[in-house]
Amino acid sequence: MGKVKCECGHVNPHGTILCESCGRALTEEAKKENLVDMRYEGSARRSQTYNKTIIDKVWNFFSSVKVGIWVIVLILVAASFGTILPQEFYIPGNIPPETYYEDVYGTFGKIYYMIGFHDLYNSVWFIALIAALGVSLVIASLDRVVPLYRALKTQRVDRHESFMKKQRLFAEQQAVLQESDLQKVREELKKKRYKIREVNGALFAEKNRFTRWGPYVNHAGLIIFLFGAMLRSVQGMYVDELLWIREGETLQIPGAGGDYYIKNDGFTLENYEEGEDPEVFNEAIDRVGTVAKNYQTDAVLYRNSNNDLPGAEPELKKVLEDDIQVNQPMKFNSFAVYQTSFREDEMKAMHFALTNKTTGEEVGDVVIDLFDQQKSYDLGNGYKVELKGYYPDFDGFTKEGEPISKSPLPNKPAFLFNMISPEKPEGEVSFVEIQNTMEPLGETIYKMKFKNLETRDVSALTIRKDLTLPILVIGGIIFMIGVIQGSYWNHRRIWIREKGGYIYTAGHTNKNWHGLKREIDSVLDGTAIPEPKDRQKD
Amino acid sequence: MDKKKRRLYIRTAILAVLAGLVIYTLYTNLTKESRENLGVGDQAPDFVLSDLNGKQHRLSDYEGKGVFLNFWGTWCEPCKKEMPHMEKLAKEYEGKVEVLAVNVGESDFQVNNFAEQYELTFPIAIDKGKEVQEAYGINPLPTTFMIRPDGTIDQIVTAGMTEEQIRALFESVKPS
Repeated sequence: MGKVKCECGHVNPHGTILCESCGRALTEEAKKENLVDMRYEGSARRSQTYNKTIIDKVWNFFSSVKVGIWVIVLILVAASFGTILPQEFYIPGNIPPETYYEDVYGTFGKIYYMIGFHDLYNSVWFIALIAALGVSLVIASLDRVVPLYRALKTQRVDRHESFMKKQRLFAEQQAVLQESDLQKVREELKKKRYKIREVNGALFAEKNRFTRWGPYVNHAGLIIFLFGAMLRSVQGMYVDELLWIREGETLQIPGAGGDYYIKNDGFTLENYEEGEDPEVFNEAIDRVGTVAKNYQTDAVLYRNSNNDLPGAEPELKKVLEDDIQVNQPMKFNSFAVYQTSFREDEMKAMHFALTNKTTGEEVGDVVIDLFDQQKSYDLGNGYKVELKGYYPDFDGFTKEGEPISKSPLPNKPAFLFNMISPEKPEGEVSFVEIQNTMEPLGETIYKMKFKNLETRDVSALTIRKDLTLPILVIGGIIFMIGVIQGSYWNHRRIWIREKGGYIYTAGHTNKNWHGLKREIDSVLDGTAIPEPKDRQKD
Repeated sequence: MDKKKRRLYIRTAILAVLAGLVIYTLYTNLTKESRENLGVGDQAPDFVLSDLNGKQHRLSDYEGKGVFLNFWGTWCEPCKKEMPHMEKLAKEYEGKVEVLAVNVGESDFQVNNFAEQYELTFPIAIDKGKEVQEAYGINPLPTTFMIRPDGTIDQIVTAGMTEEQIRALFESVKPS
């Protein structure tokens, strides 16, 4: 594979269509054409010239714009499949996905799950498609920007007339170039901020070459963006966790390696009130009943200095206090803690009174913390209540008569009490659940009368850390710079040359031909230099 | 010819870098689960918890013995069923295989009550902060980790077991 030497003496890389220097057509096809194809300046796109080793073949595959577009189409189609049914991440956590999809969506759901569309965006093939797009962007851009840069850098001032004749904007006329005309053209071109070069009586004016790099700058931004997205899978770069925390609780912050703890000092939900808040809210309040004004968790952040082993008693030092509100996260050390959700009025404690059933006399009050019960509650004067069993989520009895709790959450608490009184020093047994009392070992004198319920709210906080964000932002900015660079300017070139008693003028732009033509017309206005015609009908 | 060679090198280098990035991404995404969850042969994460009598138990103190590390809850029916078998075998294998039962964070009353009701004598600890569960990736209960004398995981069982099954596990980690 040799070089191609042009008649003008310039040596071009193999595969060049138009001589980089003078612009003569080098291939038979290009010679036959009326208008020359100016894409990439007729330079040799290297991808399409060598095809020998496996490396070259892989390179050429990804260099193809056709392949790139196919990859984009495939990604769009594939991504849309993932939106037909909810992804695995969003289905209820207590139902296994293998049964969920079939149960809820029938046979279609089963097939959907079997194909693997339930976790489409994390599947190998989807990630591979995105990767293919990234590779295609890198290679296709490199393969075009390098030859284009080279061709624009080595272009001559005095292009061969055959090159000029094949330009879309072209005119020729038998005449002699007058210096006065040229002088006027130079001045006009300068006013329009063209860069002018002259050699051997040929004039070449060019402006806004930088706009040609727009697409490649844009691609570079996209590649940086993809790289940033890739970094999310690197340990420690990205954390997105949910933490349910009850009022009063202090819990380890997930995703922070056990270094931080957070305490919920209280959750508040405020609504807009008619009369108190500005009138503009009245209409909405009338229509929907309640309109939330604020969701807030008063939080305290602690740092743990005893984090060597899981399970070790944490040694906490207060770092900061903050009110976490929607869109106003608590921020610390590249983490942000957001208010995400809440559950109001979870049962916290129950108040009972030991009561004489016949007289109705209340001997004393017993408060049972549903998260931390005591073995016995002494009421003095020979009265005492022993707790024999606690069933936070009572769900009936076994065949042997033992009470069952179906979960550790206090959804439907039930208690087995032994009530000791001067009348019954051995105690009498009572099984108490909400709105129901049983006396399994016979009628009792006393009962545990329900007094009231203490509740508290549970707040859900999202813990997020994203170190890839700055990279994504930079990628996005570069992307936009590329778009602007390529969109708002046109690369315009004008050639004027006299040869053998003829004046040739030609013009080229990457877009907006009409604009270029008008610009040339105004430059040449009042001179003997012929105004080029647009030879493409449309 | 030199130029052609150089081009091949450049292409190979660029493709190698791209391939490296792609393979890394695929690898980390695909192995996320298995890297986060413990598997057979892995070192069992060390931890320290206090039992119901206030005595501290650190997993690494058990080196040289097999450990039957059981995560359980009072409401969990299969946990209740296997507890008596654990109690029986803990006595039988004393000094060779130790039972350590970790409650997943219920109240002291509930756990004490349970231990009394089932007359359990092996150490029971309550993982109030759920840190040990987090380290072991506990989801269903009961989950049992059989840990060899050298501290590596021999088996992970996520179901209730019969006495024979537990005995077989004890045998497999018994120091020779």
